[in-house]
Amino acid sequence: MNITIRRFDKRKEPQSIDMTYPLFEGLTLLENLIKIKTTIDPTLSFNGVCRSGVCGSCGVSVNGKAKLSCSYKPSDGDVIEPLAYHEVERDLIVDKTKTHKTLKTSHAHLLGSAILENSSKVTVQSDCILCDSCYSACPVLAVNSDFLGPFALTKVYRYTLQSNENKKAIDAIQKNGIWDCTLCGECTLSCPQDIDPKTDIMNLRSISVQNGYNDPNFANMSFGDFEFNNLFR
Amino acid sequence: MTLLKGQNLTTDILVIGSGGAGLSAALRAKKLGCSVIVATKTLPTNANTSMAQGGFNASSNEDIQIHIDDTIRSSRGLGSSTMIDLMCKSSKTSLDWLLSLGVPFSLDDNGNLANRFMGGSTNKRTYYAEDYTGLKILQTLHDECLKNDIEFKANHYLLNLIVDEDTKEVGGATFLNIATGEVVEIRAKSVIIATGGYSGVYHGFTTNGFGSSGDGIAAVIRAGGVASDMEFVQFHPTALKKSSILISEAARGEGGYLVNGLGKRFVDELLSRDEVSRAVAKEINEGREVFLDVRHLGSEKLAHLLPQEMKLCKIHENLDMAKDLIPIKSVAHYTMGGIEVDQKLQASGLKGCFAVGECSNAHIHGANRLGGNSLLEIISMGLIAGENASNYKPKSKFKENNQLNKDRAFINTVYNTFTNQINFYEKREFLGKILYHNAGVIRKDMGLKEALAALQQMQREFTFMGISDKSKEFNTNLIDFIEFGNTLEVAEMLLVGALHRNESRGAHFREDFKETNDTFKAHSIFWKEDGVLCTEFKDVK
Ligand SMILES: Cc1cc2nc3c(=O)[nH]c(=O)nc-3n(C[C@H](O)[C@H](O)[C@H](O)COP(=O)(O)OP(=O)(O)OC[C@H]3O[C@@H](n4cnc5c(N)ncnc54)[C@H](O)[C@@H]3O)c2cc1C
Ligand code: SF4
Ligand code: SF4
Ligand code: FES
Repeated sequence: MNITIRRFDKRKEPQSIDMTYPLFEGLTLLENLIKIKTTIDPTLSFNGVCRSGVCGSCGVSVNGKAKLSCSYKPSDGDVIEPLAYHEVERDLIVDKTKTHKTLKTSHAHLLGSAILENSSKVTVQSDCILCDSCYSACPVLAVNSDFLGPFALTKVYRYTLQSNENKKAIDAIQKNGIWDCTLCGECTLSCPQDIDPKTDIMNLRSISVQNGYNDPNFANMSFGDFEFNNLFR
Repeated sequence: MTLLKGQNLTTDILVIGSGGAGLSAALRAKKLGCSVIVATKTLPTNANTSMAQGGFNASSNEDIQIHIDDTIRSSRGLGSSTMIDLMCKSSKTSLDWLLSLGVPFSLDDNGNLANRFMGGSTNKRTYYAEDYTGLKILQTLHDECLKNDIEFKANHYLLNLIVDEDTKEVGGATFLNIATGEVVEIRAKSVIIATGGYSGVYHGFTTNGFGSSGDGIAAVIRAGGVASDMEFVQFHPTALKKSSILISEAARGEGGYLVNGLGKRFVDELLSRDEVSRAVAKEINEGREVFLDVRHLGSEKLAHLLPQEMKLCKIHENLDMAKDLIPIKSVAHYTMGGIEVDQKLQASGLKGCFAVGECSNAHIHGANRLGGNSLLEIISMGLIAGENASNYKPKSKFKENNQLNKDRAFINTVYNTFTNQINFYEKREFLGKILYHNAGVIRKDMGLKEALAALQQMQREFTFMGISDKSKEFNTNLIDFIEFGNTLEVAEMLLVGALHRNESRGAHFREDFKETNDTFKAHSIFWKEDGVLCTEFKDVK
């Protein structure tokens, strides 16, 4: 019984190799990684803090699907890789500081004053642990690395529900944002916190339309006339 | 002054640690017009604060005095009424502040804020956001920090404080940049330490996340500061047996039983955490397993009340709470001791250095902490620390300081000179075990001495340990090792304190001195002179 881990070290040649390790059955993937590090190979690098699915630090890709390593029990033959669409720092550690910049670009924070009554409407969205699983699952990032990505957009939606002043955020998510999403639903499937970014993005589209924005794809397809389009802005 | 590489980062306020305490302090300092850098060894939202489920204590006007009294009673004579007053009286404004930032606390059917009882509290005053209170607070604070352009330095591991030899003024800190492997310094007019607790010394026997190694406390001791009450560690009675993951107090609050291997209940489940923890430990010491039994609550109610717990039981123990008995044990959960601070939260023995949250001992929790008071402390005191640090006027200008060079030399020595003949991971495991068994819920002289001897042996062997990974970037083997070094410093204080305190008080229980003895109604104080640990008792003010 084995698992395979894709190792990466930018100073080695080749930079990336697959290594096979024994599987410690009954343990979570994070516990397996710790066992490997402390008893077999101390150079294996990965992150993990809370062990209980709330800190968001331990996301990896297992057989091509994003998982929290602290909440996943590995089986024989599993292939463990770093999260997709992130720059790999070392082994399973990726650079999330870049992906988390999308939170700033999209103004994913409270812009006006908080509406207390709406707290219960954002129960699910506010459970986000910034694990980047959804980001790693989103096919748009394969073709457009500037796409804001699902978790930032879900957070924007959360705050539009919690505040009456959202113009800055709605403006910020028009470009490389809600209209670039293909509504494929991969983010929703991958979220360990049962958040549904796809639906949140659809809702943000409606809000945007109410605010005078329109679907650029639709507009371009139907009319293809630049000046005509501008009348609607 | 010539600037070396990595030496040129300066700010008004340097916050170390990005839990609830650090982020609240950062936001207040920024609001007061200061430039702020938050440095943290992980990513900002990976802090322990994310794990708090139960809730946040806040008292209404009619309840303030009762909240104060509850907290004082729980502190067993070691709480300061001034500090407790300050915290409880600002609890409502702290809650309102969180609400104004958009933390979505749970509402009841009438749209009012929902609250619940916590063990040891007279009134219902614990506000919660489902069972993700800490997570929602932390994520919302982080969003607010981004909005306010607070600068984060992620992957920055605090090594040491930069202290002026003559004035004892702290003018920044040195960090190992985990991403690059470089040792760097960040200079500041004042420093706020918010690095969390040290339950991690009980490796394998704690509800806390990895890295709760008391780094900030160890750094303060090395810098000539003082720690206090280090022997007081709160154990939580219901952690999963295999993984030490917390099953919240709500499981008992909602009517769950504790039963032993003979199927018998052995304790009133609603007693305080320390009493229940001792009863659980006694059963286990006498060879009987202990289980949490919530089967009678039914799967529907459980799914509603304890969804996180149900998930965790499934993953970590492969058990269904609705059908199975859940094997548990009591493990280290919260550390009351920490950096000794004055009423302005300034670290004793140092200037311009503030400490807040679980890493500090502001004499609020004393010998035992009331559930829900920690989230309150990190927010209310976090805001105060931010304000006091902003108002601090440094006496000395940034001077040449040798700390950076010393720390660079130390890291080089670890790479090149430490022999790595002894696997420190094995020692870490062993230390966790011996601390848990000899300095855990139930303690006695002999056992404590044995643990101290084992620990001192590890200190002597430290240079024979070391790292196998010689890479510079993202060397987590190195980080684990430095954390282990801090653990050795912090655990020594814990053991020495527990040995000297020949009495039982709050969470500290001595089998050989079962009674509370008021000659010990005093704070234990720890500091270092020429590298040697010193300790004495200091009267409660
Ligand atoms: C499972 C669990 C449940 C809990 N439930 C509750 C509850 O319901 N109610 C309640 O009131 N309390 C609860 N607590 C306690 C409470 O959550 C903590 O005491 C509190 O969150 C601590 O906050 P903090 O900001 O002081 O520290 P932390 O949140 O621990 O943050 C410490 C920060 O310091 C950083 N740091 C540490 N060392 C270094 C270093 N060397 N260099 C740089 N950065 C460093 C860490 O990365 C982190 O960002 C719970 C605790 C746990 C573990
Ligand atoms: S639904 Fe949109 S955001 Fe989600 S994965 Fe698909 S394309 Fe990406
Ligand atoms: S939305 Fe879900 S998958 Fe995406 S970062 Fe948040 S918790 Fe992770
Ligand atoms: S270790 Fe925190 S989410 Fe997995």
